[in-house]
Amino acid sequence: MSSDLIFLKRRIINAVALLLSACAAVLGLAFLAWILWTTLSKGIAAFSPTLFTQMTPPPGEAGGLANALFGSLMMCLLATAIGTPIGIAAGTFVAEYADRHWVGTTIRFVNDILLSAPSIVLGLFVYTLVVRPMGGFSGFAGALALAFIVLPVVVRTTDDMLKLVPSQMREAALSLGIPQWKVTLQILYRAAAPGIVTGVLLALARISGETAPLLFTALNNQYWSSDMSEPIASAPVVIFQYAMSPFEDWHALAWAGAFIITVFVLALSLFARLVLLRKRVAHD
Amino acid sequence: MQETLIAAAERRASRDARHDRSFRWMLAGAGLFVLLALGGAALSMLWGGREAFATFGLDFITSSNWDAIGQQFGAWVPIYGTLVTAAIAMLIAIPVSFGIALFLTEVAPTWMRTPVGTAIELLAGIPSIIYGMWGLFVFVPMLAEHVYPWVDANLGQWPIVGSLFAGPPLGIGTLTAGLVLAIMVVPFISSVMRDVFLTVPTRLKESAYALGSTRWEVVWDVVLPYTRSAVIGGIFLGLGRALGETMAVTFVLGNAHELSTSLLMPGNSIAATIANEFAEADTDLYRSSLIALGFLLFVVTFIVLAVAKLMLRQLAKREGS
Repeated sequence: MSSDLIFLKRRIINAVALLLSACAAVLGLAFLAWILWTTLSKGIAAFSPTLFTQMTPPPGEAGGLANALFGSLMMCLLATAIGTPIGIAAGTFVAEYADRHWVGTTIRFVNDILLSAPSIVLGLFVYTLVVRPMGGFSGFAGALALAFIVLPVVVRTTDDMLKLVPSQMREAALSLGIPQWKVTLQILYRAAAPGIVTGVLLALARISGETAPLLFTALNNQYWSSDMSEPIASAPVVIFQYAMSPFEDWHALAWAGAFIITVFVLALSLFARLVLLRKRVAHD
Repeated sequence: MQETLIAAAERRASRDARHDRSFRWMLAGAGLFVLLALGGAALSMLWGGREAFATFGLDFITSSNWDAIGQQFGAWVPIYGTLVTAAIAMLIAIPVSFGIALFLTEVAPTWMRTPVGTAIELLAGIPSIIYGMWGLFVFVPMLAEHVYPWVDANLGQWPIVGSLFAGPPLGIGTLTAGLVLAIMVVPFISSVMRDVFLTVPTRLKESAYALGSTRWEVVWDVVLPYTRSAVIGGIFLGLGRALGETMAVTFVLGNAHELSTSLLMPGNSIAATIANEFAEADTDLYRSSLIALGFLLFVVTFIVLAVAKLMLRQLAKREGS
């Protein structure tokens, strides 16, 4: 009889725990769906094609986000252009030359910390490193701050992807007398390319919504500017400024901007996953 | 004829070796750059904040008097706010994330696991400014209207903890910031937990099932002990995010520099202070104080993330062996 009771108790505990876990999943997903739904519904309500053609307006006037979107595009592309080659090179060094050596382990450790370091800290770093000595805010400084966010992502994925390349491939190529740099550039990179591309795309998705580091590097600019040595507008900073303001029409523009960034980030992340998926299918 | 061939081959070999060496040095330079980036970030902020540290000494951390006009900067309010919001966030996020990870690995039907898991990973990538805007425009009015009046009237009357929950229902404040942070870090922690739960060897779990364990007993007595260090690592990773998160909390925290016991009152955090005030910092001492705050944040997150990394590595080591 008592063993039946124990069995019953165990089953009840089990049922309660599993029910709670399902509740946690529903709760978590509900909040996330709520956030996404708010962004999409408010964003679509404020969305119009003039967002891409008109400048950020003063309060009370009609306008768009053209200069902010352009500034974001310029800085994100420049940041990716700076961060990607250095990241691939550092990732290759860790995976191919310093794997299991203390130098490689240290770089990996430091890189993982950089990967999760608060982005506002990287903004302050670039401020003291570039903005202060150069005597002014600039698009270059903003791009540099973003590049420090791209860098660890690319290092990590390059490292991971190169480790997945079978070592027979390296040995076969080296045994033919091909120098190691050629093996790396023409064989290893070709095998690891889809993974590295995924990493770069995910890094791009991550920086396109970054706000904090731009506040003290690129600052903001109310007008159209393509001069990267001057302060430049960016979509996240404009959204921040407009959302914190008391004006209704600025709020609408902020939601439209949030919508554009969210759709861009989600589409880019999905696309990045597809790139990786296709590679897996091709190999099997 | 043969000699020229050998000479050519040797020339070629030495050229290849030369190229290999320079390629290697180039890659090593990039690796060194990563190390320098982290070291440079720490040193440059220490350098930028030296004026604040030299002027105020230990008072910079312990004093709660932040007065931009009087040029007195004591950072206890933002430090306290950072710690409290992160603590609230972790208090909520840890059980919820564990529940989600459990659901995704043991409870949900198989067809549901991949799409729900992917959805959570995608949500982890949504920029924090979106969470902040949602918090300010949707969550804050709802809390101010429906939840906080009730909290004030009921929890606020409790002995001892009552003072934490008493206060006018403004909506913005420390508790709201903690809640928004919790929503933000749940996707991070739960996807790390799910990944480490999946590393548990199936035969271990099946052995437990064969002995008659319930699903919960398998998770609690087999899966969790096996993955303990990595689970703690994942939690610390989430804590690192919560401590350093800027935009999501800046929107809902209220930027107040008065210390108040109530969680319903506006507060501040290190990251929010920097984001709000950097543009207005008009004196060197003011700016230096903000950079010094950044340095403190960096040191704290560095320690938290280093612990996370070491914990996560323990499981990876066992997997490898």
